[in-house]
Amino acid sequence: MKLFEYRGKELFDKYDIAVPKGNIVTGEKDFTALKFPIILKAQVPIGGRGKAGGIKKAKDINEAKDNLSQIMGMDIRGFKVGKVLAEETADIKKELYLSISLDRTKKMPLIMASVEGGMEIESVPDNKIFKEWINPLIGIQAFNIRNIVSKLKFGKEETTEISKVLRKIYKLFREYDCELVEINPLIITKDGNIMAIDSKIIINDDAMYRHTDIQPELVELTALEKDAKDKGISFVQLGGNIGVIANGAGLTMATLDALNHFKGEGGVFLDLGGTDDPEKVKQAFELMKKAKPKVIFLNLFGGITKCDTVATGVKSVISKEGIDCPVVTRIKGMREEEAKEILKDAGLITATTLQDAAQRSSDLAGGKKL
Amino acid sequence: MSIFVDKTNKVLVQGATGHQGVFHIGEMLDFGTKVVAGVTPGKEGQEVNGVPIFNNVQNGVDATGANTSLVLVPARFAKDAVFEALDAGIKTIIVITENIPFHDAMEFVHYAKYKDAVLIGPNCPGIASPGKTKIGILPGSILSEGNVGVASRSGTLTYEIVNSLKEKGIGQSTCVGLGGDPIIGTTFIDALAAFEKDKETKAIVLVGEIGGTAEEDAAEFIKKYVNKPVFAFIAGRTAPSGKRMGHAGAIIARGKGTAESKIKAFEKANVELAKFPTDIADLIEKNL
Repeated sequence: MKLFEYRGKELFDKYDIAVPKGNIVTGEKDFTALKFPIILKAQVPIGGRGKAGGIKKAKDINEAKDNLSQIMGMDIRGFKVGKVLAEETADIKKELYLSISLDRTKKMPLIMASVEGGMEIESVPDNKIFKEWINPLIGIQAFNIRNIVSKLKFGKEETTEISKVLRKIYKLFREYDCELVEINPLIITKDGNIMAIDSKIIINDDAMYRHTDIQPELVELTALEKDAKDKGISFVQLGGNIGVIANGAGLTMATLDALNHFKGEGGVFLDLGGTDDPEKVKQAFELMKKAKPKVIFLNLFGGITKCDTVATGVKSVISKEGIDCPVVTRIKGMREEEAKEILKDAGLITATTLQDAAQRSSDLAGGKKL
Repeated sequence: MSIFVDKTNKVLVQGATGHQGVFHIGEMLDFGTKVVAGVTPGKEGQEVNGVPIFNNVQNGVDATGANTSLVLVPARFAKDAVFEALDAGIKTIIVITENIPFHDAMEFVHYAKYKDAVLIGPNCPGIASPGKTKIGILPGSILSEGNVGVASRSGTLTYEIVNSLKEKGIGQSTCVGLGGDPIIGTTFIDALAAFEKDKETKAIVLVGEIGGTAEEDAAEFIKKYVNKPVFAFIAGRTAPSGKRMGHAGAIIARGKGTAESKIKAFEKANVELAKFPTDIADLIEKNL
């Protein structure tokens, strides 16, 4: 889960990493504690908000009110701004980039640092990014820190301060189950203080259960996706008009790919996963109906999830509520025959191969009659 | 021969008395797997399908000589379970459990390496060497003995592919589910190295998906070290960026981990790519 910048900064504050003085603002009264000039920053879970006009300076209260009304409600790449952070500005002497992320190949936390602070790290050339991997069993050691800071070539006092921040963000990264902790830029002010100007923190969804102090914002999810998450169903809304239900993440993705091959476009990714509960299938099918696809494509390969379990769940929804779009099914594997028997009179379209089913679904979604 | 597991594996099941544990102990016994012990704290003295249950892993190992553990415990207890197995001297661990925080996986994967143990998973269907053993939840009915080695990041997709192989009379030396998480113990490279060495394996099938760079790394390894023919399928060509597609590891993050990049890497390594999962069987039939 991505944290908003201000939430990330609350965590920085908890770990004793300095951040600019600031607060969330909704109107004039919220500016009273701040010293002008200030900066107003749209709180959205994606980058590039500066270019989109989501960050504006204000030298006095009038300009602040104007800018606030412009930023609030603004659409930044599909995200409507609902929160704005106002902060005092700092005199920057030097800026750098600092992050800890997960290196999937080495299976270790990876520290990255660069003196090219303030730029998107993807646009910084590789030879200007210094990397250090941390063995998760022994944690961050003095030599790790020396390896990184020696390459940055800062003065002695600055180096000491950066080293302290490194230890603090490593602690934060591990204790909060982070996928990413990024400070860009980390600045050194003209009077020698070190301060995190921005924060980007992503917490591993699977570990949220042990971080009950973090309020999930779920701003990136649609209403149906939120509903699915509550029910423990893997559900992603996409751009097309064909709703795909399959069992297993890989098979569901492969089904979407097959549709694309026949010029069809997936509108919903619904992975039933491994389940032996018809009730869960029923909930999943109901969710799919709510997404209003033009065609539903049910692609099953029965193993641990038995075909008849899914068929029972689907049948109970159809016989109770009916269904107002064509359903193409392709059912194979464990208890295939039983499943076909259950769905026999449900008015569904049956296909034997993935290719055939994908083609029929695509044709139907494109308006063709079978 | 086969890779990683064979008839010498004596399996202890952690999380043996739950619904899934009971069912899969039965399935494994039917397949011919030597399931010798189960562990559920507080239930020592009970039996599941004739398999004795112990309070802890050490008791199970001492009483039965178990050398392999199958971890079926819920996600929040998984790290503890793997550490316990490693400290009891178990050298092969298969973690089926899904939704384990990856920081936990990072720790136990490194500890397994330190203890010189093979760890497969997490979030995987397990491993089977047909005719010898099956450790995990792969449906036994689709497996058959043969010469194709299969390594996969996805469960059901593997079943689909293995089943289509079976329909053409093509069996497997070993079929290993590597897992759909961002941090996994055994990778494509480990499986490739083992299959290349294994005399029984004549061809290798890799089933990849979006997220990370495991396929790109595998392609580099194939170029340098693999002489056997390799066939692959990649899922997620049409997946959008930034969305977790079911598996925790199946996400295109900051432009990295696209299917396109993986397909390109495999093409450069002369790996035969299938357009649909079931095409793998046709490709192998044509090429072998």
